[in-house]
Amino acid sequence: MDKAFHFAIPSIEWSALLPIIIVALTGICAFVVEMFQPKRENSLIVGISVGGLILSGVALFLQMDQPVFATAGELFLRDPFGTSIQFILVLISALTILFSESYLREKRIPFGEFYPLVLWSTVGAMIMATTSNLLVIFLGLEILSVSLYVMAGMSRSEEKSEESALKYFLLGAFASGFLLYGISFVYGSTGGLDLDFVSTTWAHHTDATKPMLLFGLALMLIGLGFKTSLVPFHQWTPDVYQGAPTNVSSFMATASKVAAFAALWRILNAFGPLASYWVPVISVLAILTMFAGNFAALVQKDVKRILGYSSIANAGYVLIAFIAHSKDYKVGAGSLLYFLLSYSLMTIGAFAVVSLGAKNGREGTKLEDLNGMWKRSPFAAVALFVCMASLIGLPPTGGFVGKFLLFFDALRTGFWPLALVLAVNSVISVYYYLAIARAAFVADSDESEAKLSKMSRSSTSVCAICVAGVIGIAILYTPVSSFLAGR
Amino acid sequence: MMLLSVITFLPLAAALLLMLLPEGKAKTIKQGALVATGLTFLVSLGLLTKFDSGSYAFQLSENHPWITALGVSYHLGVDGISLWLVLLTTFLSVIAVACSLKVETRVRAFMACMLMLESAMLGSFLSLDLVLFFVFFEMTLIPMWLLINIWGGEGRAKAANKFLIYTFAGSIFMLVGIVGLGYLQFQTTGELSFDLVKIQEQVATGKFWAGALTTEPFIFWAFAIALLVKTPAFPLHTWIPDTYAESPTAGPILSSVMVKMGTYGLLRFCLPLFPDTLPNQVPIMVTLAVIGIVYGAIIAAVQPDMRRVMAYSSLSHMGFILLGIFSLTRIGLLGGAYQQLNHGITATILFLLIGFLYQRKGSTLFKDYGGLKSQMPIFAALFLIAMLSSVGLPGTNGFVGEFLAMVGGFNAAYNHQFSLGLIVVAVFGVVLAAVYMLYMFQRMFYGEVKEDNKTLLDLKGPEIALAGVLVVFILWGGLAPNTFMNPMQTSLNATLKMSTGKAGQRPVWTDTDAFIEAKKETTHRLAMTAKVNP
Repeated sequence: MDKAFHFAIPSIEWSALLPIIIVALTGICAFVVEMFQPKRENSLIVGISVGGLILSGVALFLQMDQPVFATAGELFLRDPFGTSIQFILVLISALTILFSESYLREKRIPFGEFYPLVLWSTVGAMIMATTSNLLVIFLGLEILSVSLYVMAGMSRSEEKSEESALKYFLLGAFASGFLLYGISFVYGSTGGLDLDFVSTTWAHHTDATKPMLLFGLALMLIGLGFKTSLVPFHQWTPDVYQGAPTNVSSFMATASKVAAFAALWRILNAFGPLASYWVPVISVLAILTMFAGNFAALVQKDVKRILGYSSIANAGYVLIAFIAHSKDYKVGAGSLLYFLLSYSLMTIGAFAVVSLGAKNGREGTKLEDLNGMWKRSPFAAVALFVCMASLIGLPPTGGFVGKFLLFFDALRTGFWPLALVLAVNSVISVYYYLAIARAAFVADSDESEAKLSKMSRSSTSVCAICVAGVIGIAILYTPVSSFLAGR
Repeated sequence: MMLLSVITFLPLAAALLLMLLPEGKAKTIKQGALVATGLTFLVSLGLLTKFDSGSYAFQLSENHPWITALGVSYHLGVDGISLWLVLLTTFLSVIAVACSLKVETRVRAFMACMLMLESAMLGSFLSLDLVLFFVFFEMTLIPMWLLINIWGGEGRAKAANKFLIYTFAGSIFMLVGIVGLGYLQFQTTGELSFDLVKIQEQVATGKFWAGALTTEPFIFWAFAIALLVKTPAFPLHTWIPDTYAESPTAGPILSSVMVKMGTYGLLRFCLPLFPDTLPNQVPIMVTLAVIGIVYGAIIAAVQPDMRRVMAYSSLSHMGFILLGIFSLTRIGLLGGAYQQLNHGITATILFLLIGFLYQRKGSTLFKDYGGLKSQMPIFAALFLIAMLSSVGLPGTNGFVGEFLAMVGGFNAAYNHQFSLGLIVVAVFGVVLAAVYMLYMFQRMFYGEVKEDNKTLLDLKGPEIALAGVLVVFILWGGLAPNTFMNPMQTSLNATLKMSTGKAGQRPVWTDTDAFIEAKKETTHRLAMTAKVNP
């Protein structure tokens, strides 16, 4: 054995990885602390988790205006897009953790393990957003998902939660398989895993590898389509959202989608020269997703299910940014980031308010469980109202500006039928969002006083942040958009 | 001076302040709301002193960049068309709050909704940026939805949703249209902007639509449908009977202003921005208007509920406004614009009176009344005047507006803009208005007094005062209409030239006060020269 096995550790720019490392270490730290804490006493863990996330947010903020570079042997890519997505993810994570404690206590499942799991899940999501290596995307997705499988089944005494976890796990594993299989095809046809490499290589090749490459892309699309719940890969969404604890649903509907969209964005960008193949497919998926999500939501009676379908519909909306980007590379990235940010804020706000329905181990997410909220906790009712107005797309909210941007992208690149479909769908969605707003803000209930749990200070602050955020990012669009663009 | 901003945001600020008060202090909240609307009205009267009716430029304008990345600006300005609508809004808001002082449930939220609604309406009348207009336009939805939904009648949930979904469905397509206009502006000038003045500048030269003539009708209709829903015009009117019938009294009063956002929008956007396609769309618009006039009148005659009669009568009256506007003649435009104010005043007094009746008996169905003339003589007298104004009796404001609108329509028909038959049919609308109104009056005031109505009391001092003020305006508007029409003329004529002139000969809005100064200086200089060289 004259030639010793040589493995060169690539040089790593640690500062670029710092935000992720902070979150991961916070997770470990929270886990250790949890062991020494008495059961049901999680305030310290919450504090540590939020503190760590804030630290990570600061690190991201400082990183924002750095130049684009790849490090750790091209496995890690620092660019404004990735940093913005990470920023959104950290925000999501912090907000979810903040409103979790009081909810879990009411639900009688105050397990301290929840917090480290959320943090590690966030780490996975962050990794997905900051790499252009397909295998690392897969790795991130798995870190994200495995923690989510556990969290979805956290309410062990509830059949629904168990069912939700199992469903999510089985279908999730299946989808991961698709993604991995797709990656292997791409690797087979190009000989590389890095998306930049993939996009440059295939252009020099003959058409011989094209079918294989397209097949690989289709499989990856299925894998990520599952995570982003695009129709027809969406069937799990309402069941899982309904069954999982509300805070977990909230995290699933936001963090996991944001990360999956980020990965999808990078993948479809790399396959930009093949746009003539995937744009029709994505357009059809977008239209189907919007209609299926909105129509199905119309007949639901459970708020979490409605929000599940609403998240499906929103996934359809955001695909417009992808399609527009394929035509003009200057269009779309800003809309995507902005839309994801506003979507996350209003969805978390809505889930945070809905989580107030939980009392004495009962879930309480039926529409009529919200009745009389305006009397019991007026602020929560107002917050829910604002979130619903934003989801409808009424000005002056982030949801309005988000849709405005998508309209603009679609018209600018000549995809006006998509703009019309989006408009029609916005109208359909009004009905079910109003049903939620009405239940909370208008309807009275004789026994409502007993049903809603009291709002904790942290839930109040989450609602306040979401309301201020939803309205603030609309009024201050210019600074927000330039921040997201890394300028 | 930020007069326009102050007017727009004063009610909103008051609403936010009221929200901070505890729910228990109902009396303070009511007084606060009354003071806030009163103050807004007083401040808005200041417009009259500053307004120069000799200029069609946007006056008192405020222009600040807002969302620079998207070319959206905060641009307010007032001209002859919006001036009276602003005053109408501030005035009727006072009335609406004053007649709602008896509200007992969730007073704080009620007053906050009213004030937010006022702000939103004022904002949409004053906005000169399309996106800003849209923001205010949509901001009316939520307060109105709440007003119907919380304080409305039996079928309120359905009525509220119908109202919001209808209006939103229309306006979301307007948003697509607005975005389309912004993008065309970007293509024409290389600068993204939603500023009405800037876009119209390009439209006036003919450059704007030069490359997009096929798109023009689509964007026109994107705007028109949204605004026709709001107006409401046949066949997009079906939300209005439910809204009027199920709202609390203040609801229809405020929505009689709100529907003016529709016709105002048509005047402000659909006429000057789409001059090339306008001749093709005029026959369609006029046909819809005339169908609305006749259909509304016929349906109104068979309604069992006073508020529903009013709703269909609104459809009929708004038809006259549309007819006037889309006759595209000086006289018709004037009639249409003037009728906007009249309908606001007349509908308000009728709703107010019906509201007083509702407060006494809790019903607005004809079958519960009859013979009220002997029971409530003052009420009957006021109702009669209001009714005659609605019918369009000479001497009342309703006559002037509808007459001018029809003369305009005749002129246009003679010039072969559309069929003369349409106008002939529209004239029958006036007759039909007399039918349903007199029939309503008969069912309410004549015949046997019902046994349980014998205890009904006539109007009291404050109620008479509220209705009396409106009667003054009905007569003033009918006898001395020039007070109101003169300030509109210049703006309306300019709008007409913008919409019918050939490319390159269309006037443009300027919104600087410097323009007015310059004009004054010119006239002054001319006068001086005249003096020097007699």
